[in-house]
Amino acid sequence: MTETPLIVTKDLKKIYSMGPYRLEALAGINLTFARGEFAGLVGPSGSGKTTLLNILGTLDVPTEGSVIVMGRAVESLSHKEAARLRNRHIGFIFQTFNLFPVYSVYENVEFPLLLLGDPPAERRRKVMAALDWVRLADRAKSRPAELSGGESQRVAIARAVVKRPDLVLADEPTANLDAGNSHTILQTMDDLNRELGTTFLFATHDAKVMQYLRRKITLVDGRVASDETAAASGARP
Amino acid sequence: MTLLKLAIRNTLGAGLRTWLNVFVLSLSFVLIIFTQGLIQGMNKQAQEAMIASEVGGGHVQHPAYDPYDPLTLPDAHGPVPAPLAALASSGKAVPVLVAQGTIYPEGRLFTVQVKGIEPGQAVLNLPTSFLAAPSVGDAIPVLIGTRMAKTTGLKKGDTFSLQWRDAHGTFDALDAAVVEVFSTSVQSVDSGQVWVPLARLREMTGLAGEATFVVLAPGTPAPNAGNWVFRSRDDFLADLRALVKTKTVGSTMVYMIFLALAMLAIFDTQVLSIFRRRREMGTLMALGFTRGRVIRLFTLEGLFNGILAALVAAVYGIPLLSWIARTGWAMPGDVDTYGFAIGERLFPAFSLGLVAGTTILVLLTTTVVAFLPTRRIARLKPTDALRGRTS
Repeated sequence: MTETPLIVTKDLKKIYSMGPYRLEALAGINLTFARGEFAGLVGPSGSGKTTLLNILGTLDVPTEGSVIVMGRAVESLSHKEAARLRNRHIGFIFQTFNLFPVYSVYENVEFPLLLLGDPPAERRRKVMAALDWVRLADRAKSRPAELSGGESQRVAIARAVVKRPDLVLADEPTANLDAGNSHTILQTMDDLNRELGTTFLFATHDAKVMQYLRRKITLVDGRVASDETAAASGARP
Repeated sequence: MTLLKLAIRNTLGAGLRTWLNVFVLSLSFVLIIFTQGLIQGMNKQAQEAMIASEVGGGHVQHPAYDPYDPLTLPDAHGPVPAPLAALASSGKAVPVLVAQGTIYPEGRLFTVQVKGIEPGQAVLNLPTSFLAAPSVGDAIPVLIGTRMAKTTGLKKGDTFSLQWRDAHGTFDALDAAVVEVFSTSVQSVDSGQVWVPLARLREMTGLAGEATFVVLAPGTPAPNAGNWVFRSRDDFLADLRALVKTKTVGSTMVYMIFLALAMLAIFDTQVLSIFRRRREMGTLMALGFTRGRVIRLFTLEGLFNGILAALVAAVYGIPLLSWIARTGWAMPGDVDTYGFAIGERLFPAFSLGLVAGTTILVLLTTTVVAFLPTRRIARLKPTDALRGRTS
């Protein structure tokens, strides 16, 4: 029996109108992602990676075509429905970390659970488990300003996975990190993918990230130029 | 609940930025309550002084008497009606006879109202007992206020000529002696007036048993006194209240300025927040916040600034304002120009209504001002917000 795909896009187009000009950021994308994938959208700047990631994350809507994420058609979701889907099923990791500066590490990671209405004891258990995964349990009381770039991104990963989402979308997660930190981050995400079965989808043009991807989709000018799957074992670099 | 928790966390987490705002807002709280308390205290003090020295429980007046028209005085007198006379004999009222007169201190001329009152009365807070002093010989014992003393150059023990017209219109004159100069904040029992014993004035004018008006003791109901007209305490205080209302316009301007300053601080913070925290808004949306929820969070943060300010204001405002209410506020020397009775020290009155009303008004205004800039968030796209752009 075939498992239902996590994401299906069909003839997906995104067109930005700028006065008399029309910019076709995505020009008919047809992709399918299964649960548990560790995949990446790669390509040069302006190829449509972030736009596609935003649509898959229900932060944006397609101009044409359809996108099914976890059985829901993104183009027909209301603001509230999209927010609920993100709240329960999708985690985000950003290039600039986007941690809340006035919160401690613990509070940043706890944030998605507060929105889900988890009871305090449950929240505490999940937050500490997430901080253990990213090996930052000892920095729980620190503020983001006191962390290095690598530590900040690990907090962002903990925040993204603490609610055990079905899908984590990471937009250039290593762009602000040095090589050592980048590998640590990627290994952490790879571990989480294998241990928790969480689907990770990256938008990147960083070669270090590409080494870890088990599926690499290359976008050029808003079109899928290639869709390559690595060896079935998904060996680490 | 979550929003409230987050708003509190965000507000307290913002550290110095929050506390600066809170301090400015708390200053506005205290200054608004202080200025309004001054006005209320002024009003209360003036009313109490007027009631004690002039109004009592109200006046029952001869029908011809118009206090604002001196030309009515020759006809504004008559025998005290029996019910009023009964009250007077039991100490619950005091009759006053008013006559037009002229005094000549050191050869100068001043037109005055000569008011006859029982020296032993206890209805009005005037030192009329000095009028019973037997030490002035044949001279008419006269009690004057400090303003009158200043205007005429008279002091205690001075004598001067007093001229008046009797019931038949005949002019007469005698020496009068100042037996006491009293201090009062109520100008209307002081300026242009000399107080003499009632019996002496009746004798001088040939108006035996007559009066112009009768002052009732506070709490004494007005009896049926034929065609004599009852003017209640409220009738007297209406003018004062109108005057205070006029003064209140000025204080309301100050109130509005303080409030505007405080709101400017909140508005400025909110506008800055909208621009500086766009990425945070984007992140909130990515984590599952709707735009409405982001708006509510930012508005709550603004409101929470107001609540913190009220608490901070209470910490230093309550002891400070209580101390001022106890010790009073020294008034400048030319306080008479204010137009109503104020003592040398003004005691602000901070009623529960004033404090609660001001707090509620400031909190409501804070909420509205905190909400207004957040409406911009309603147009914000999550993707633009994440990039730090406004839509």
